[in-house]
This record gives sequence, structure tokens and C-alpha cells, in this order.
Amino acid sequence: MSELLELTVAEAAKRVAAGEVDAGEYFDAWRGAAAGDELNAYLWRAEDGAGEAEGPLAGIPVAVKDIFCTEGIETTAASRILEGYRPPYTATSVRRLGEAGARVLGKTNMDEFAMGSSNENSAFGPVLNPWDRGRVPGGSSGGSAAAVAGGLAPCAIGTDTGGSIRQPAALCGIVGLKPTYGSISRYGMIAFASSLDQCGPLTRDVTDAALLLQVLQGRDPCDSTSVGIAGGVEAPRREDLKGLRFAVPSELARDAIDSGVREVFEKTLERIERLGGEVAEAPLPHAEHGISAYYVIAPAEASSNLARYDGVRYGMRAESAGDLIEMYETTRAEGFGPEVKRRIMLGTYALSSGYYEAYYGRAQKVRTKIAADFAAAFSDFDFVVTPTSPSVAFGLGEKTDDPLAMYLNDFFTVPMSLAGIPAISIPAGLAEPAGGGPRLPVGFQIAAPAFAEQKLLEAAFALEGAIGFDAKPGSADG
Amino acid sequence: MAELEAVIGLEIHVQLSTKTKMFCGCELSFGDEPNVHTCPVCLAHPGVLPVPNERAIRYALQIAAALECEVAPRSIFHRKNYFYPDSPKAYQISQYDIPLATNGRLLQVRIHRAHLEEDAAKTIHVGESGRIHGSATSLVDFNRGGTPLVEIVTEPDLRSAHEAAEWARLLRETVRQLGVSNVNMEEGSLRVDANVSVRPGGSTELGTKTELKNMNSFRFLERGIEAELARQRELIEAGGTVVQETLHFDPSDGTLTPLRSKEEAHDYRYFPEPDLVPLAPTEEMLSEARESLPELPAARMARYETELGLSSEAATLLAADPETADYFERAAAAADGVEPRVVANWVTGELAAALRQEGGEVSAASSLVEAESLAALVAMVGEKKISHGSGKTVLAALVVEGGDPAAIVEREGLAQISDSGELASIVAAAIEANPDAADQIRAGNNKAIGAIIGAVMKETKGRADGGEVNRLIKQKLGI
Repeated sequence: MSELLELTVAEAAKRVAAGEVDAGEYFDAWRGAAAGDELNAYLWRAEDGAGEAEGPLAGIPVAVKDIFCTEGIETTAASRILEGYRPPYTATSVRRLGEAGARVLGKTNMDEFAMGSSNENSAFGPVLNPWDRGRVPGGSSGGSAAAVAGGLAPCAIGTDTGGSIRQPAALCGIVGLKPTYGSISRYGMIAFASSLDQCGPLTRDVTDAALLLQVLQGRDPCDSTSVGIAGGVEAPRREDLKGLRFAVPSELARDAIDSGVREVFEKTLERIERLGGEVAEAPLPHAEHGISAYYVIAPAEASSNLARYDGVRYGMRAESAGDLIEMYETTRAEGFGPEVKRRIMLGTYALSSGYYEAYYGRAQKVRTKIAADFAAAFSDFDFVVTPTSPSVAFGLGEKTDDPLAMYLNDFFTVPMSLAGIPAISIPAGLAEPAGGGPRLPVGFQIAAPAFAEQKLLEAAFALEGAIGFDAKPGSADG
Repeated sequence: MAELEAVIGLEIHVQLSTKTKMFCGCELSFGDEPNVHTCPVCLAHPGVLPVPNERAIRYALQIAAALECEVAPRSIFHRKNYFYPDSPKAYQISQYDIPLATNGRLLQVRIHRAHLEEDAAKTIHVGESGRIHGSATSLVDFNRGGTPLVEIVTEPDLRSAHEAAEWARLLRETVRQLGVSNVNMEEGSLRVDANVSVRPGGSTELGTKTELKNMNSFRFLERGIEAELARQRELIEAGGTVVQETLHFDPSDGTLTPLRSKEEAHDYRYFPEPDLVPLAPTEEMLSEARESLPELPAARMARYETELGLSSEAATLLAADPETADYFERAAAAADGVEPRVVANWVTGELAAALRQEGGEVSAASSLVEAESLAALVAMVGEKKISHGSGKTVLAALVVEGGDPAAIVEREGLAQISDSGELASIVAAAIEANPDAADQIRAGNNKAIGAIIGAVMKETKGRADGGEVNRLIKQKLGI
């Protein structure tokens, strides 16, 4: 039984296809594992077996972030305001996985409406990091990352708006891929910031990420902004990085990065060179304004996206004796958590008449400049690389009183989101936290031009092989 | 004080008659049971996305072409944010700074812009106020929510309530002839709001305007604007100033009442709709829109007046009814040697009256009177083969039984008396029988000639040509 859980998704799928492993048995083994969730990673777990399952992912269990609508299964985006909400339809990405034979193993915990970098903003309690239960798993796809890292699921999907797949993947020591904006349908994915939100896989290795992306990507008639990836995606095979050029942002030298993280990053650059890749600096002068622009654009869109939660048609409705307006106000006051309210206020303000140009208009200009910076870098380089997060996993409660410190977690991931380009985080090693303690995973981020997912996966695969990261929670310093 | 000039602009919402809604696949309907045409998208469930209706875009492009607008190569959808139960997303997808179409014209009125958007759901407030404030219960019917709308905004080029209503009628007829909307004001598929202000005659500056809503017929539109113009003129003449506000027209008593400021104090926080890409019509879509245009009322009116010499009344009447206009054109073409103006008068005058006489349910084109028969009849009158009065008699017969007018003339013995000797002796007899009238005519009272003409007509059963009779009487009396 436990041997089955050791397999990567690609290996398991191969064995199921060859008839060596029974799809139903494989799924049930994972249901058993998920039942032992002590990390608060799941908000809902599958009660039934896989049933009839055929296709390239037959019987593969997928942990699905609770931001994806699943017909008849409670979907809350970890918010009180959607407590008890059972969608009448299923998100395109979940449907595509299902059509490939995969089955939903559970719905994973997250920061409320994907707003957060630590998973402490869930209305249903924080998720614990499997490497150290006193620490956060990152966010907002913290439940998905912790489930994969903690042996509660073989793979997961999440959403990334400013780093919500890559950062928790880094903090949990797994692979997280944010594809190009538009490569995977957003239909059925509860919107946070529509121009940034993108679905992506969280997996044990790069091959599994490619396997899921293969199934997830594609144009969807239900999403006007989806285009898919021309030429599709296949399993990466590359073993060297010869002839590939990697840009390190020139500004990185002065950025605040924990020394342990910086060390692992430098070591990874050396590995790139040993694999035949070239590493050089390239300027990304506007990237440092990414956080400011992001925290205008994302809340602005969120303030509009979240306006529909009013208690009229579904979800929670506050009991109140007053009129409609009072019902709206009380429902929203009781239904949303503090971070969600903060961002709704920020975004409403940024879009207000008289302030629009100064905030939203300006942020969009910064966004354009950041995209231009990347375009300039990609005229000379194949990839841009950074640490995924400036630090390893931090302690529960450590940053909850300081939203700005929390927002800085996204410093390295936000620029790629604003530019709409693909980026992957792979585990690159372990480092001691700034305050000392057992060593924790460090993520290495590689970004590529829009729709260059295949090239990105090939490079990540070659580097993954060279790094040979095999540490597991509980065995880090063993 | 100089007369205060009226300055009026209109905002027209046209519901498009597509099969499905603007951003989802739900069927459009009117009068169905509430909330049966809904889906996760138009109920704004979490995670749904809008997908634009291509047919609605094509219809909007037809309207833009009919109004001679410039079409933006890439127009942008925006979100208009507001909380109200008729808007399940709490925003309406509309267009803002780059609308689909701008700079058009329909006759004397310039079109400022025309854009695509989605309609709100229908709310019914139960309770005394009829509005959301103070109502006991509010009900929402989402069937209408998401219906494609084109909003047309004019420049303030209208100068009277009557002109505004007349122009709005022309616009309705134009859109109706495109076949893209039912344009029914009572059902709300055409809604006209008016922006009304006054200014001293000769001034080029605009006065403070008020916005009039809920006028669901052209009559109410005219009455509402009249009432508001009167109010504004009275206010200013008494030394007051107009306050910018939205006024609600009450059809039951014709009064205008301001909406509560709370209901209109909106900051819509417009921003580009991130769920949609720019609307970039292809060359094929643009040319299809242009080529699909029928000859529209304004163009038809102009052609009838300038090329065919019709009176503006007849041109307007015909242009508003393309079926009858086509009928007129067939008749005019068949009526050799008769001016189109005369044929038009027969179509809009005598024929329309004869059809009304028979109940008025049948149009000229679908009546038993073939266009060619009408042409032949008008030609006979023109050539004085029959009198005008006999012409009407024949037309009445044609309306009932159809057929050949010449045969009816023959059958009824209506052919005009062409033998001038015969007519001259009837005239002489009539003068003899009316000596008083004859004396008066000689004394210079021309009106008295009517009595003698009447006598001739009675004798001939209307088969005499009035002009000829007139000439013969004067000849006989030596004047």
C-alpha cells in the first residue's frame, strides 16, 4: 500500500495504464492517506472511490484548491460568506482532469479568496507546514502545497495571482508552476484578480507538473481570455542546459534576502553553469515597483469581483431585521475576514472617481513597464531566475500583524504575474531560517517568455536532475 | 426676458432581439414565468465568466451603420460597479471611454455614441412606495438580466418636445426596419430617457440639465419633456436656478418627481472588464453590417422628396412603412404619365381612407387592390377618362372585390362624358334651372358657381369633369 504512495503521478499513471496497478485501488490508497490529515490541509475529502476511470490520468487523485467550483461539492474559497455553497457547475480545469480519468481527492484549504501568503487568512483555520508544524506552508494555495509535501496527495492544483502557487511550493519543498496567463481556462475558478489569476499544478517533480499542464491547458469557449498553449505540452527530457542563457536581475544584489536562501540560490546558479548554461545579470529596473502596482491592481479587481457576495442568491445571509441595504452590509461584515475587507477597501478607494488615474491608471503603467523589462531581458536571455521567496517558511503568527511584511513575501513572484509570463518554482535545497532552527526548503524560480512552457519545463527538468533534491518533511536534517 | 430655448438630447436603450443573452446562452423571453431563463453566468455564481454574443455584436454594428457612426477598431468593455438587486454581479458590463460607435447622425440629430451593454434584471418592489426604499418586499426576476442592449446617446440637437418625440419615432422605425429589435416601448424593448435644459435664445452655452426617465410611450415622452420645459422656464423666469437631478415620470398623472439623491449618488468605479478582450470587429463583420442595411426611413424620405417630388408629409408617412412605400413605388412605376406625387396622394389619402372604411385591418400591399390596378385608376383620372369622384367609387369597389378598374368603370357606367356638345347642353339646362345663381355669378360672386356645378354633377351622376363644367358655365354666362 505505502509503496503506491511513493510513486510519482507519471509513474503511477504508467503502471495503471500497463495494468500493474488498479486505478481504484490506487485512488483508495490515497483516500486513506488523506484521511490522516493533521495539517488542516483539506476542507473536504472524497467519500467515494474512483469509480470507472479511463484516460491518461485514470484513477489519479488530485487535491483541488477550494477555489475551484465542483458541482454538488461545497466550495467556499475558505470564506464564511460561501459556507454551505454547493456550485451548480464544475470548473473547466477540474472537468478536464476528470475527462483524463483523474478524480478529486479533496478540496484544499487556502487563504480566504486567495488573499494571503501564509494560509493564515482561511476562515477555517491555518494550514500547518509539514516540515515544521509551527510554521506556515505559504499561501494562498497552502493547503494544496502542504497536501503534496505532507504525503496527503500525489499532486494538486492551485491558483497563482501574485505567487500563490510558487511561494507555497517553495516553502513546502515541491514543484509549483504558474503557466502563462491564458493557457488554462479560468472558468469556474472563483475570481480574485481576474487579469492575474491563473490555475497551475503543484507536484512532486517537474515531470508531473508537465503531465498535469498537458491536460489542463487549452482554449475554453467559456473563457474569452483563454488561448491554450500552441503545440501543447509534453514530458520534458532535457538533461543539460547547453546554449541557454539565464538572467539574474541586477537589482537582486541589494534586495533583502535571507542569507541561507541567497546561499542556495548562488549554489543553484553554479549548477546551471556546470550543466552548460550561461548566467549573467540583466536589469529589470521596474520589478521593484511590482508589489506596489500589484497591491493596487489586485485589490481593485477584487473589490469588484467580490461585490456579488451579498447574501441574496447563495451562500451566507446575515439574519437582520432591517432592509436590503442593511442585509448587504451585515452579511458582508460577518462573512468576510479582515484581510479580504482590507483589500476590498483598498481596491474600492483605488477605483474611486478622482483617484483612478493616480492609483489604478498609474499601476497599469507600471505593469506595462515591467512587461517591457521582461521583454527586453528575453531578447538576450532564455530565462530570468530569482529565489522564489526571500525567506524560508516563517512561523505561524509571525507576520499577521504586519500586512506590509507579509506582502513582501511576493516580491519575487509578483513581477511575472504582472507580465503574464510563466514561472516555475523547484526545490533547490535546504536552509536554516533566519532565527535558527531545523533547515527548511528553498525554492528556485525560473521565468520564461509567454507560452514558452515547454522550454521552461525542459530547463527545470534538467536542473531538477542536477539538484537531486530528495529531502522529505521529518527527515530534513536526518 | 427673451424666450428660453429648449435644448434636448435623448438616451435610447434598444434591447436586441437575439436568441440568447449578451454573455451567456440563456434564451431571451418576454412574459415568461419569472426566473426560468437563468444559468450560473447570469445569476453571477462564483467563478463564472462572460462570453460575448456574436449575433448581438453584429446587430449593434448594423445599428452603428444605420446611424452612420464611426466604428472603433477595438472597443473596450468596462465594469460599471453598483450594488442593487437587479445586478447580480454588482456590476454591469458596459462600454465607457472607447465605445463601439461614435459620431453618427440621423437626419438633423447628431449621434454622440452607441455602445453595447447588458440589461439589468427586473425588480418589483412590493409596498406603498413602489421603490426599493420603504418597500415591504422586493422581488427580482432574472429572466431579463443579461439581455443585450445598445445604448444610443444623441447630442443635444432637439429643440422641442414635439421634435424629440417625432425624431424618436423615426429612430424606432429605423431600428425596427433593421430587424434587430422589437422596439416595443410598453414591453421595454425600447426605452427613451431625455436630457432637458433651457437657455436664452441665441445662446450657445448649455443650461443645467435634468434627466427624465420612465416615459414608456412617445406620447409620454412628449408630455414629460413639455412638463419639464415648462417647469424649468417658470423656475428661471422667477429668478431660480435648475438643479441637476433625475426625474421620474408618472404616467398616471403626468407629473415628474425627483429620485432620492441616495438612489442616484453613484460612483460607478468604472474599470476595464478583465474577463473580456477588446471588441475588434473583422472587416467581414463591418461589411456585412453595411451591406445588410435596407433603405432606411431617412434615406427613403429624402429620395421621395428630392427625386420624386413628394410632399414631406407623404414622404414621412410612406417611409415609416416600408411595405406601403414599396407598394407606392410599384404603383408609381406602373402609372405612365402620372406624377409620383399624385400616386403618393392616392396611396396615403384615398386608398388609406378606403381601407379604413373596410375596417383598416388590411394594408395597401396586402389588399385586393393591385399596385398596377391603382396605377391604372390614377391614370384614368389623370387623363380625365373618369372624374375624381368616380375614381373614389371605383377604388371602393376595388378594395372589396379587386380586379380591373377599367372593367368596373364600364360596368358602373362611370366613363366621363367626353362629348362636349352633350355636356354643354346639360350645363345650359342647369343655368336655366338656377337663374338666381346665374345672376349672382354675373354680379361677380364666384362662389355661386358651386350650385350650378352641383346641378350638373347630379344630372351626370358625377361623370362630368369639374374643370370642364366650370369652363362651360363661365363661357355660357360670358365671363
